[in-house]
Amino acid sequence: MKRRTLVKSALAATALVALQSTAVFAGNPVLKIGFVGVTSGPAAAWGISNQRSMETRAAWINETGGYKIGNTTYDIKIVSFDDQKDPKRSIAGMDKMAQEGIHYVVGPNTDDGAEAVRPVAEANGIMYFPYAFSKSLYTPPASNAVLAMVANYQSGPAIYKYLKEKKGVKTVAFVAANESDPLSQRTSGVAAAKALGLKVVSDNVTYQPDTTDFTPVLTPVIRQRPDLLVLSGVSPAHAPQLIRSARELGYQGLISTETAQDAQVLREGAGDLANGFISVGGASTPELASDAMKEFVKRYTKMFGEYNDESNTKVYALEYILATLAANPKAINDVKEFQKTMDTFEAPNPFMKGNAKLTYVGTTSFTQKRQIAVPLVVNTFENGAFKTLFVATVD
Amino acid sequence: MEQVLANGIYLGAQYAMIALGLTLIFALMNVLNFAHGQMYVIGGFVTYTIYGQLGLPYIVALLASCVTLAVLGALIERFLFAPVIKGSAREESTMLLAAGIAFLLDALILLIFGEKQRGVPKIVNGVLNWDFRIIMPYDRILICGLAIFSIVAFIAFMQFSRTGRALRALAQDRTAAQLMGVNVDRYSTIGFALGAMLAGLVGGLLVTITGINLGMGGPTSIKAFMMVMIGGAGVISGAIAGGFILGFMEAIGLAVLSQYGDITYLVIFISLMIFLAIRPQGLMGKPWG
Repeated sequence: MKRRTLVKSALAATALVALQSTAVFAGNPVLKIGFVGVTSGPAAAWGISNQRSMETRAAWINETGGYKIGNTTYDIKIVSFDDQKDPKRSIAGMDKMAQEGIHYVVGPNTDDGAEAVRPVAEANGIMYFPYAFSKSLYTPPASNAVLAMVANYQSGPAIYKYLKEKKGVKTVAFVAANESDPLSQRTSGVAAAKALGLKVVSDNVTYQPDTTDFTPVLTPVIRQRPDLLVLSGVSPAHAPQLIRSARELGYQGLISTETAQDAQVLREGAGDLANGFISVGGASTPELASDAMKEFVKRYTKMFGEYNDESNTKVYALEYILATLAANPKAINDVKEFQKTMDTFEAPNPFMKGNAKLTYVGTTSFTQKRQIAVPLVVNTFENGAFKTLFVATVD
Repeated sequence: MEQVLANGIYLGAQYAMIALGLTLIFALMNVLNFAHGQMYVIGGFVTYTIYGQLGLPYIVALLASCVTLAVLGALIERFLFAPVIKGSAREESTMLLAAGIAFLLDALILLIFGEKQRGVPKIVNGVLNWDFRIIMPYDRILICGLAIFSIVAFIAFMQFSRTGRALRALAQDRTAAQLMGVNVDRYSTIGFALGAMLAGLVGGLLVTITGINLGMGGPTSIKAFMMVMIGGAGVISGAIAGGFILGFMEAIGLAVLSQYGDITYLVIFISLMIFLAIRPQGLMGKPWG
């Protein structure tokens, strides 16, 4: 008897939970957007800032009634998959997205992951927005990948040119982690520096991704006394330690990178030694952030306890997907329609002050529009916070 | 050359500290603790929270790291490893358990401390610059000194204290120790707690130099295994030797080989393979285990 009662209670509870779950989504149909990226291990910060940006924006949209695409208003659901920075798992993640009928995916975070998922995405009609710089992903015959940030071969030349003209930089040294992304960024950085007439005094020093003490790594580089030290593709975890080691070794020149960084991580890890460090960011500096950006930061902080400045650039991918679908509702299940819309798409950029636009670019780099127009905001770190050094555009 | 030597001593001291706890646990229980790196990371995060966030004195934070990890280690041994060791004679059971604990701790670290790199204010400011022949920040010198002091204190504890003697007896022959009246269960727990405490101590020391993030656990465990294999598994002096050998190899490799690209660890791994092919028990290990 007791057993029967227990079974009945369990069934009743299950039915109640099911009913409640249905009730939550009863108002709007659900539009699933995928995320495949690294959310564990040493590079977890990259993917987690992606995932949390998407979840924050989705929760915000759902709370305010949903997102209107055509005549239907959708609640947004983010489906995430941790690829552990392993291309094999990236493929598994993209397969999962295909099985769930998802056509729009943000990620992966690395070149090899993004290259690996290309056949799966193209075969299953998935548009994906990687944070990877390999040009072959975005250049024909590739069709389904859209670069979700500014590539280093776009930001690097702009930064070096600025520093050459404004700060008198003549010599430059490069340091990179011994991984595919940082190494490829170093190669293109060296080429860009040479094209500008800068003298490259060191470009062969690398470090293991698990390095914890950078003094021995940097010692031979600092001996070359470059005007500019470029930390190619440096992760937020390594940046403060590299800066600290360079300054403690007596280096007085400029230090820059073409990746996004986090102000708190720099503040804690390098303190005042990070003053003057130049990096690429989004639109959260007070000079540029719109009220929507400030609201996003507030909501992200409320949801996850702490904001990550990398999300200044990572807030954009989901916004682009939804705004493009709103511009052409037929694209919701047909990526060919999405691709057609990309050529002419334009919408106001909600996260920046002024008349900034959301639009697709990339014709110069990839011969087709396969890049979202994120503002190229070059920041300098001063006394614990980022300040905008200059803003440029990319095509 | 002076700089290379200074870097070697500094790296060697911190590596030896990391390897000590791992080899102690292996010696006592024949357990390869894959979660050792994660324990080191937790030690770093405890110091970060107490010293960096709450602003309490560094020494309090360091002690808190040691105590937290000792308690965590004791609990893990008592409630996880001890039952598995009693219930299964297969070594892979404890290896799987250790790997599972490593994943669990990684997930807990992410939940509690987040994904970001964390750092604490410097405990000593300033840089020693000896005519550009040796450049070494004072905090590294201090941490290096503390690491060497801790190693000496640990050796003295193992050599001269009653607990240390019991632990050594346990490591030499578990059955004989039991027959001599050593409470094997109790000292296994104490030994595991001590090994975990050493991981916490080195985490608390190094967070002031390198900062800490959740991804440091796995690579730290791998380096610790390398040192233990070089010195000889389960031999305390071997772990110290392994740590200093790896530290010097890394310092020399980075200075001499950097012009050829990042081949330092390639050379180290090839050397290790050749070395283990010739002497599989390591420098000070016994061929019979």
